[in-house]
Amino acid sequence: MNAVYSDYIEKSTRIPRLIEHLFEKMPEIEADRAVLITESYRSTEGEPVITRRAKAFEHILENIPIIIRPEELIVGSATQSPRSCQVFPEFSFEWLEAEFDTIEHRKADPFYISEETKNTLREVYTYWKGKTTSELAQSYMEPETLRAMAHNMFTPGNYFYNGVGHVTVNYGDILANGFEGIIARAEAELAKMRVSDGNFNSKSRFLRAVIMSCKAAIKYALRYARLALDMAEKCNDKKRKDELLLIAYNCSNVPAKGARSFYEACQSFWFVQMLLQTESSGHSISPGRFDQYMYPYFKKDLDEGKITREFAQELIDCIWVKLNDLNKARDAASAEGFAGYSLFQNLIAGGQTEDGRDATNDISYMCMNATLHVNLPQPSFSVRVWNGTPHKFMLRAAEVTKTGVGLPAYYNDEVIIPALVNRGLTLKDARDYNIIGCVEPQKAGKTEGWHDAAFFNMCRPLELVFSNGMDKGELVGVQTGEVENMRTFEEFYDAYKKQMNYMIGLLVNADNAIDTAHAQRCPLPFLSGMIEDCIGRGKSVQEGGAIYNFTGPQGFGIANMADSLYAVKTLVYDKKEISMSELKAALKYNYGKPQNADDVNKMTTEVINELVKQGYDVSKSDIENVAKQICEAGNIPEADRVRYQNIKKLIDEVPKFGNDIAEVDDFARDVAYTYTKPLETFKNPRGGMFQAGLYPVSANVPLGAQTGATPDGRYAYTPVADGVSPSAGKDVKGPTAAANSVSRLDHYIASNGTLFNMKFHPSALEGLSGLEGFVALIRGYFDQKGSHMQFNVVSRETLLDAQKHPENYKSLVVRVAGYSALFTTLSKSLQDDIINRTEQGAI
Amino acid sequence: MDYLDTTGRIFDIQRFSVHDGPGIRTIIFLKGCFLRCRWCCNPESQEFAVQEMTVDENKKKIIGRDVSVREVMEEVYKDLPYYRRSGGGVTLSGGESLGQPDFAVALLRACREGGLTTAMESTGFADFGIISRFLEYLDIYLMDIKHTDGKKHKMFTTRDNSLILENARRIALSNTELVIRVPVIPGFNDTPEEIGAIAEFAASLPGVEKIHLLPYHRLGADKYKGLGREYPMGDVPVPAKEKMQLLLERALKTGLDARIGG
Repeated sequence: MNAVYSDYIEKSTRIPRLIEHLFEKMPEIEADRAVLITESYRSTEGEPVITRRAKAFEHILENIPIIIRPEELIVGSATQSPRSCQVFPEFSFEWLEAEFDTIEHRKADPFYISEETKNTLREVYTYWKGKTTSELAQSYMEPETLRAMAHNMFTPGNYFYNGVGHVTVNYGDILANGFEGIIARAEAELAKMRVSDGNFNSKSRFLRAVIMSCKAAIKYALRYARLALDMAEKCNDKKRKDELLLIAYNCSNVPAKGARSFYEACQSFWFVQMLLQTESSGHSISPGRFDQYMYPYFKKDLDEGKITREFAQELIDCIWVKLNDLNKARDAASAEGFAGYSLFQNLIAGGQTEDGRDATNDISYMCMNATLHVNLPQPSFSVRVWNGTPHKFMLRAAEVTKTGVGLPAYYNDEVIIPALVNRGLTLKDARDYNIIGCVEPQKAGKTEGWHDAAFFNMCRPLELVFSNGMDKGELVGVQTGEVENMRTFEEFYDAYKKQMNYMIGLLVNADNAIDTAHAQRCPLPFLSGMIEDCIGRGKSVQEGGAIYNFTGPQGFGIANMADSLYAVKTLVYDKKEISMSELKAALKYNYGKPQNADDVNKMTTEVINELVKQGYDVSKSDIENVAKQICEAGNIPEADRVRYQNIKKLIDEVPKFGNDIAEVDDFARDVAYTYTKPLETFKNPRGGMFQAGLYPVSANVPLGAQTGATPDGRYAYTPVADGVSPSAGKDVKGPTAAANSVSRLDHYIASNGTLFNMKFHPSALEGLSGLEGFVALIRGYFDQKGSHMQFNVVSRETLLDAQKHPENYKSLVVRVAGYSALFTTLSKSLQDDIINRTEQGAI
Repeated sequence: MDYLDTTGRIFDIQRFSVHDGPGIRTIIFLKGCFLRCRWCCNPESQEFAVQEMTVDENKKKIIGRDVSVREVMEEVYKDLPYYRRSGGGVTLSGGESLGQPDFAVALLRACREGGLTTAMESTGFADFGIISRFLEYLDIYLMDIKHTDGKKHKMFTTRDNSLILENARRIALSNTELVIRVPVIPGFNDTPEEIGAIAEFAASLPGVEKIHLLPYHRLGADKYKGLGREYPMGDVPVPAKEKMQLLLERALKTGLDARIGG
């Protein structure tokens, strides 16, 4: 390791072996949790839902098989097989049942599932019909909302079919006081109550559920203590025997009580982290400010001579490995949107303390070492940057980036803190923010942020402007009039805003329906005990127990919309070089692009699916007929084709977002407001507000595949722009120009996070001058009030070669969106999208 | 007339350069040069006249445009946040900035007044009276010393080197930092003896500490074709890494801080 700084600590030889074991075989779906929760639910019919949840959690933790993997120092596994997953029928199950026979071979995130597991789950599923959160949520949605979703205007799939997750608990509190601390608080609250209190029934049941859940977690750790003792007894290797005895000693103390050592703090942290993901299937359960809450334990042990830096580093590395042991199966469509088996456990280092001083410490640097040592997608490692961040910290982070692991992501305190204060957080809480999942900021232990609440494709409402609200023969949007009759750009833009406002309203309806369903069917007592002020209010987080409540659905396609609207304004209205009806036809015929078999297939499949959905019986000859018709529709007169292709050429010459042209960028800022501003006016059922994010996870690829040609010259069914980044290949003035353009968006108002991807060729970071330049680029972007930046540092040749020879690139980690993933596990189309993002070099 | 309205002829502006002076820099390429080096990678920079060059897929590109200092500074200031964070600024390149002294000096002055660091890549081929006007506003002079032998210099660049060597000595005595740059050209100066002689000369200049060896590259070859010219270097290969290492070691012997690349 060629580090600029000497605080690099060598990797323990244990770590590669742990990783090898983890990746020995394909991830698997296990049925134990599903069986146990179903057993419990069958025996608690008619009881309050919060009680049923706690009893089920207890039943699972008492009976689920446990395992200590070879050479582990930090123990606690949710599954018998490494990197595998349990299933969560209480949220939804139909999708998995439907995919029993395909999930092993699908392109994105395949899972092995045994015949036995399938049969077990089939039996389990008979119980859950009509009882899931997803079914209840759907029943709450209005018909027009369901129609808009069926037409892919937006998708709230995340929480529709899964738990919410997307939270950071107060880890520091558990490390200090253990679950006994929470039990004591809940008992004290119970003791204050009188049976005659108006809220006695709900609050007392809730508090008892919290207590029951915490006790279950303590008992679960004790099962590991016993297992470790049993294994130690049978172990002939003296070194391993001692390790197992120490594990037993740790697990008999934490997470019941406060940690007595750094090692115990690590073990306690891990139990919290994994058990949260046993209670519910939500992803993005984020460790948050690990360097802050772990540091006191490290410092104390170090000062007392009880630990070496090397052993502390090994323990942190072990946690990094364990974070990759957790996994989650999603439905095929979502798996594409979140490709790469990612759980988005975001862990952040650096930044400021609550009182506004620099927070960087030894653990911050050790987190960077761990990321280099382990070189795996989890945790989603992030760093906070503010004006007082040490230069050394920046350079060290840049060195990690340079390895091409796609980590860390950089976040700007100078934007995020005021943005959170603007949302009602106290200054103290805002300064203590961490990132959830991809890019979403919040205050740990006090927030139910419902980040990542939906994908909203900003391109689709523009399609509705051209079709007067119609989509595939159905009125889906509002009738804004025939587009050819719009006399001024203002009229046209106004129509877009009308379509946007209507769709945003439906999106809110969908999210709130799901929110309500979670509160009624799946409140989470274990999680709620760790979020302020659930105990005081006597309510779960799902019912509004948290201090801060938000809903944050993310919009994407900003660059496409900015470029599209700007092109319409310039060519149709200002210069009058093309007429609106010509443009409409050019879009319909995909700019005269000759159809390839892929497009025809895609369109055919879409039409056939639609027919099947409407109940038609489709024969093979019908399919051939449809395909033939589609081919004929593509057969346009040559003169028209030439004209459409010329229109695309004219559009390509109009200035684009991402090139530091103030007029275009200011226009993009305004276009982003069409999503971010209306959203602020809505409320969620937990008493909080909506706040927009501008990031796509990786959904810009699959959802782009459902979007027709757009007036920015983008061909139909190709990816839309990711995050707030310029459209792929459209920013041609270098990294500072692209960063300047993106910084002209209003990042404060998109307080659920913005995402700016940049791809660098490794040569750009060569030598100290390369690293210094890279750091200055981040600093300069942040000085201009950009919120987030992340990088892929890998050559185009490498990626192309990895597509051809995946076997040689199993460990190639790339930045996808708000997270990193192993390149070879991504679908071909997503791989292509990453390859095609503009590569920035240094001169 | 306000000095900001001084006009000159440039052919390119490149942003985010991290290898031609400290920090993140914007490079302004001025048109016109006194020398005709055979290996020149910017042949479109040599003539002062505006030219047409064929670039990829037979597109015609006009090379050269007249701009005011004010216009250039508008582009330069776009990266102000990055200069501030890196101690960066502006580097004049070309072509040869000494050929447009009024314009180039006004540019440097504008940068200096804007708080930016200034650098210039230059052959040093001009009356010292002209050069001294530059030095007032210049932090770093990146000066090419291509050869110590006057005849060979003239054969490969069309100009004798005595004025250049004399100017190097006088620049070294000024307050501007002088950095010596050597394009390493196979068949011209790529022997340890020749590089050694250049390095010894550089080491003899008062205050000079740095020497950069810039390996010959062929990235300019297509441009000759685009200008309808023959590439004078033919198919001469780029110097091998091992050779560059050898030359670097020779240069290091002088005690200078020598490195490969800018």
